[in-house]
Amino acid sequence: MTSKHRIELVCPAGSLPALKTAVDNGADCVYVGFKDATNARNFTGLNFDAKAMREGINHAHARGCKVLLALNTYPQADNWADWTAAVDRAADFGIDAVILADPGLMAYARKTHPGLRLHLSVQGSATSYEAINYYYEQFGIQRAVLPRVLSLPQVEHVIAHTPVEIEVFGFGGLCVMVEGRCALSAYATGESPNCNGACSPGKHVRWEQTSQGMETRLNGILIDRFGEDERAGYPTLCKGRFDVNGETYYAIEEPTSLNTLELLPELVKAGIRAIKIEGRQRSPAYVAQVTRVWRAALDRIQQDATHFAVQPAWVAELDKVSEGRSHTLGAYYRPWK
Amino acid sequence: MTAPRIALGPLLYYWSRQATLDFYAGIADSAADIVYLGETVCSRRHELRLEDWLDVADLLADAGKEVVLSTQSLIESESDLKTLRRIVGQERHRVEANEMSAVHLLAGAGRRGWVAGPALNLFNPQTMALMQAAGAGRWVVAPEMSGAALAALQAGLDQSIETEVLAWGRLPLAHSARCFTARHFNLQKDTCEFRCLGLADGLVLRTREGEPFLTLNGVQTQSARVHNLLADLSQVAPRAQILRISPQGEHTLQVLDLFRSVLDGAVDPGEAFHRSHEWMIGEPCNGFWHGRPGLELCQSS
Repeated sequence: MTSKHRIELVCPAGSLPALKTAVDNGADCVYVGFKDATNARNFTGLNFDAKAMREGINHAHARGCKVLLALNTYPQADNWADWTAAVDRAADFGIDAVILADPGLMAYARKTHPGLRLHLSVQGSATSYEAINYYYEQFGIQRAVLPRVLSLPQVEHVIAHTPVEIEVFGFGGLCVMVEGRCALSAYATGESPNCNGACSPGKHVRWEQTSQGMETRLNGILIDRFGEDERAGYPTLCKGRFDVNGETYYAIEEPTSLNTLELLPELVKAGIRAIKIEGRQRSPAYVAQVTRVWRAALDRIQQDATHFAVQPAWVAELDKVSEGRSHTLGAYYRPWK
Repeated sequence: MTAPRIALGPLLYYWSRQATLDFYAGIADSAADIVYLGETVCSRRHELRLEDWLDVADLLADAGKEVVLSTQSLIESESDLKTLRRIVGQERHRVEANEMSAVHLLAGAGRRGWVAGPALNLFNPQTMALMQAAGAGRWVVAPEMSGAALAALQAGLDQSIETEVLAWGRLPLAHSARCFTARHFNLQKDTCEFRCLGLADGLVLRTREGEPFLTLNGVQTQSARVHNLLADLSQVAPRAQILRISPQGEHTLQVLDLFRSVLDGAVDPGEAFHRSHEWMIGEPCNGFWHGRPGLELCQSS
């Protein structure tokens, strides 16, 4: 079977070197953010100022790669103008599409820059075609990124009932919660993905070697404690070990990455239009490795879907850069739920 | 300024049919003015089916309560949408929209006066105006929004809208496709044995130092602490026409009465906060209202 449309590989670019790496290794699109709270990876040392943005866009466009801009946090009354200014700058830069979550901002973009292509961010939490079609009818969105909560048949059902292109996450860090619907970080640290573009932010993290082992804390809250034989991971708060009814375990999720390579034939059949790689906070080396593998896999399946098989070398490459060195199919695979 | 009205939020836990019916029979002559009904957390919970919820709704409406039917917070399947369409299709009671499918259907049906629920991520006047144009007549403030941000949003509105603030209860912090209660019992969600049923206030998750941190409630994650704005009511009341109390396993009626006493001026807010300790199912917090991490307890200035 060959799909009607070429499926786009959408790769993360947290910096200019990462952008160039993604483009040079075969990304169809890269997604980027400005250096502020207007995007959901507002981390120190990441993202693009004007000069880097211009250079990045030139590099990508010269090689036929699109640049998408994430403006996917929720503006508030007192900072609204910063978000609309970011939309204006995106249009001026010649960005290929903006990825938005806030309906008010979509209305602004639609009215002010009618030619600017709009994508609904995963932070918009639209998990059904009724939700997606609301954004389509109101703001003319052309693509929606699905939250990582639907099983494969549910993804297929959404695609069958909307004119909007569907993009899904293929690989990378796994949000266990519905994106855009999680205030855990706000509860613990006062900073959230929705309003500040940050989850479990680094400035609240403490690593402490104690007699009981390496302890990781977020704003003072013990997220995990590691024995000498264990590799201490970053204290993303939903991926710590906690105590429930006297049992200590990863009560929410293990530190693991999403990897849907083996579902690729079914995702293609379902009619997805783009695969997104997570990881704007990761290094150019990660971007290179993941982009290369996914480029190869997408090329292979689009040439000959019937004989597609996941190459062990691909999996080995991806596991090297996976969180916790392991991976999961997440919600696409029902028993995960 | 008229005193805010008191709303009982939707029941977020899963209780047996009889316990649920008994609870709402008690609510019929409680201090609540408004009652939100329906299953908002998990589509597998069906001790009460939609027909049963509609019966409870009629009973409470006949008892003089304003009833609002709350929709499910995470829509995944066509069967979820089917239930949603039935809720939107009934016309006796108002509807609380808890995600954008509900907004789409309510707007499409031309319904007016519906309630924009706390998970819609309404953070600025521009988005609020869109909801108002789509028919929203009330909104419930996102728990993570501060009092100052709320004031700024309200000041930016061309047309005011009735505002409801969560004033008591564990904070609903996150939704997932995964069921953490089933996971705790080493079960899959599709065969969960309805383990939520035995847990009147969910399952407390503690840090490895024993500090209560979160509450596992099926696919929902809540705070372990109880968001309690009793001591802050003089700051909250000018911003909110409605105060929301979230149901808990025990003492909900006493909590409703206590809020009523404060709003009537019979009990001082500080004194009420002090008294409320015996009815809290965790330590108090109010950080979000003060623009701080939600788990903190801040003093109203």
